[in-house]
Amino acid sequence: MSGWRGLLLTLVLAAVGSLPAAAESLGDESRGAVLFNRECSVCHRIGPDAENRIGPRLTGLFGRRAGAVPGFEYSKSMARMGNDGLTWTLETLEAYVENPKALISGTRMNYRGLKDAAARADLLAFLRLHSDRPQNIPEAEPTARKTDPDLDAAVLAIKGDRDYGEYLSAECTTCHQRDGTDQGIPSITRWPEEDFVVAMHAYKQRLRPHPVMQMMASRLSNDEIAALAAFFADQD
Amino acid sequence: MTLTRRSFIGTGLATGALLQAPMVGAQGRPRVVVIGGGAGGATMARYLAKDSEGGLDITLVEANPIYTTCFFSNLYLGGFRDFESLQHGYSRLSDMGITVITDTATAVDRAARSVTLAGGQSLIYDRLVLAPGIDFREGSVPGWSLSDQDIMPHAYKAGPQTLLLKAQIEAMPQGGVFAMIAPPNPYRCPPGPYERISMVAHLLKQSNPTAKILLIDPKEKFSKQALFEEGWQTHYPGMIERIGPDFGGASAEVRPATMEVVVDGEAMKVDCCNVIPGQVAGRIAALAGVTDDSGWAPVMPETMASRVDDTVWVLGDASAQGDMPKSGFSANAQAKVAANALRGQLLGSRIFPARYSNTCWSLIAPDDGVKVGASYEPTPEKIASVESFVSQTGEDAALRKATYEESLGWYAGITADIFG
Ligand SMILES: Cc1cc2nc3c(=O)[nH]c(=O)nc-3n(C[C@H](O)[C@H](O)[C@H](O)COP(=O)(O)OP(=O)(O)OC[C@H]3O[C@@H](n4cnc5c(N)ncnc54)[C@H](O)[C@@H]3O)c2cc1C
Ligand code: HEC
Ligand code: HEC
Repeated sequence: MSGWRGLLLTLVLAAVGSLPAAAESLGDESRGAVLFNRECSVCHRIGPDAENRIGPRLTGLFGRRAGAVPGFEYSKSMARMGNDGLTWTLETLEAYVENPKALISGTRMNYRGLKDAAARADLLAFLRLHSDRPQNIPEAEPTARKTDPDLDAAVLAIKGDRDYGEYLSAECTTCHQRDGTDQGIPSITRWPEEDFVVAMHAYKQRLRPHPVMQMMASRLSNDEIAALAAFFADQD
Repeated sequence: MTLTRRSFIGTGLATGALLQAPMVGAQGRPRVVVIGGGAGGATMARYLAKDSEGGLDITLVEANPIYTTCFFSNLYLGGFRDFESLQHGYSRLSDMGITVITDTATAVDRAARSVTLAGGQSLIYDRLVLAPGIDFREGSVPGWSLSDQDIMPHAYKAGPQTLLLKAQIEAMPQGGVFAMIAPPNPYRCPPGPYERISMVAHLLKQSNPTAKILLIDPKEKFSKQALFEEGWQTHYPGMIERIGPDFGGASAEVRPATMEVVVDGEAMKVDCCNVIPGQVAGRIAALAGVTDDSGWAPVMPETMASRVDDTVWVLGDASAQGDMPKSGFSANAQAKVAANALRGQLLGSRIFPARYSNTCWSLIAPDDGVKVGASYEPTPEKIASVESFVSQTGEDAALRKATYEESLGWYAGITADIFG
């Protein structure tokens, strides 16, 4: 379906990054504790008695719905994501900590994101300590990961075929207004191409929870997402 | 013919341009006539005009000067929308250079490639697009014919019928009975009758709380059944009774003269009776000779071109395409695929792979919205469902409210996509 560019990309990805299939353990908890103090503790507390501050308490985060700490006033976007079913897991937290606005466009968390993958792994290992443990509660969230959901740089670098994007966009404008207004469904015009690509992949990988958008994204190839990003970027 | 077309579409861009040299009509531009200015036809005309930038001579023939959407007409019954909000004109399509003719097509001569209109005019086409929606199957509900629609309305083509049904519901005596004869498969908008039951219940709950609703249904199962039944239990306990095929729901008869419904040999007097008969493709499709024994028009899954005649395209409810439900969303999606393929055929523009999807929202009670959706892909046989989702029972109120709000966004989006 994606034609020769898709084929090429598959080949490139296969040559570049063949990840081991085995589960990968999280990072170092004590390094994570240091990172938490430096990056998060201005706004968040964690631990049995932690309270809400500028941000909600992060105790018991894994397996919890987003936006669900009682007594904390979340942004509309975070509340919407929680209602849609976004749950905090290794994958969703990884995405949020890496780039909060890519996962939740309108989040009020004013944090630029932690770009270093190893540092994120350490931080997640520390956060994971303060949630349910599988040996006590078997259905609790995993504590190691299967695969790395990171977007490969090659995916972001694909140059979108704008004409193809225009054709594909017709499927989107059944719900999203072409003129960028929001009457109940968010605007998708004039996004930086990279953010658009990341958001679509977040639906495709089911990091973002919405069933309609997961379905829409799931059959889009990398080239097609790039084509859509190229088209919508200059619509107004 | 079938083979050439299939390989032409299947092999995509490069061969597409080779096989189909651009074609030129008598006046220099290929002429496309679209019959029916609803979800399918208006989208088609608009996308053809938008993307061909003057390369095509496009005429849209529509019986009514103003289109009233069936989608959200149930919300009007429930008091959530006003009637005007369902109405859309064609001025923006005219502004794009589409010739909009308010008239009814009465005949198609495929050999001569001409369409005759009730007003006497005849139109010559290079390509004909039929998007006439539905008509009712004669004799589908014993005792009812179209001439009874003022007594027992169908309200399944929106417009005066919708207004009439609402007026009748409002005029019911306290504690009266509302009956619906639900349609057999296939029909437009699978959840439509059940959303309507919900909206009627909502209306009656406020103005006539002791009224009863009788749903007489020929089908074993229906779309979003668990969701509707849960919602009816929660919001309208004891108000709605469904009579399925096991108890005579499939052989009900109506008597408009006496306002009676006969189920399993027993006649009941009712105060309002909404008869939704079985359906077929809009009559002009049969007159054009592109329907089969089922009453619907079979089409090529990759393009929506008729399987009978590759100069004719059939969109929306009238088509027999496979797994997509007959919905406004589907008709709109099909039109965009068809417009791309038709334009490629006539003008040599790039033909991209078909993409189809559908989502149908239903409102059960205030802020209690549910949805079901799927994506589809063409196989040689049909348009096939490849992935789907549906709202779950027991969802919390906030999610249901968000789902309803999404549907408002969808209505704004799709009507802009159809009518400009
Ligand atoms: C109560 C109800 C609720 C619904 N809710 C939804 C919903 O929530 N979501 C959804 O997606 N769909 C919904 N639908 C279904 C949707 O309305 C139809 O599937 C959709 O309109 C089909 O589009 P179409 O273009 O095939 O036909 P239509 O939209 O019916 O358009 C056909 C047009 O052709 C014209 N026409 C027919 N014959 C001729 C002729 N010979 N000459 C000139 N003009 C002609 C008609 O006047 C009409 O305007 C609902 C339907 C009903 C009844
Ligand atoms: C400048 C203040 C600030 C910083 C720094 C910050 N956060 Fe936040 N965080 C917030 C706010 C405010 C929210 C609520 C966001 C919303 O409602 O959109 C939030 C929400 C969250 C949530 C969602 C919690 C829930 O209940 O759903 C997580 C997880 C989170 N932050 C993790 C982190 C981590 C990990 C760090 C450090 C890497 C961090 N935050 C740094 C302010 C901050
Ligand atoms: C059936 C309706 C529908 C269709 C069709 C649809 N979307 Fe969406 N889209 C939504 C809804 C509803 C949301 C809000 C989802 C959420 O809460 O995450 C959304 C959200 C998005 C977002 C994130 C917006 C934000 O502010 O976070 C992007 C990007 C997006 N859609 C892109 C697309 C693209 C590209 C297409 C076409 C391939 C498309 N959508 C088709 C309904 C739709």
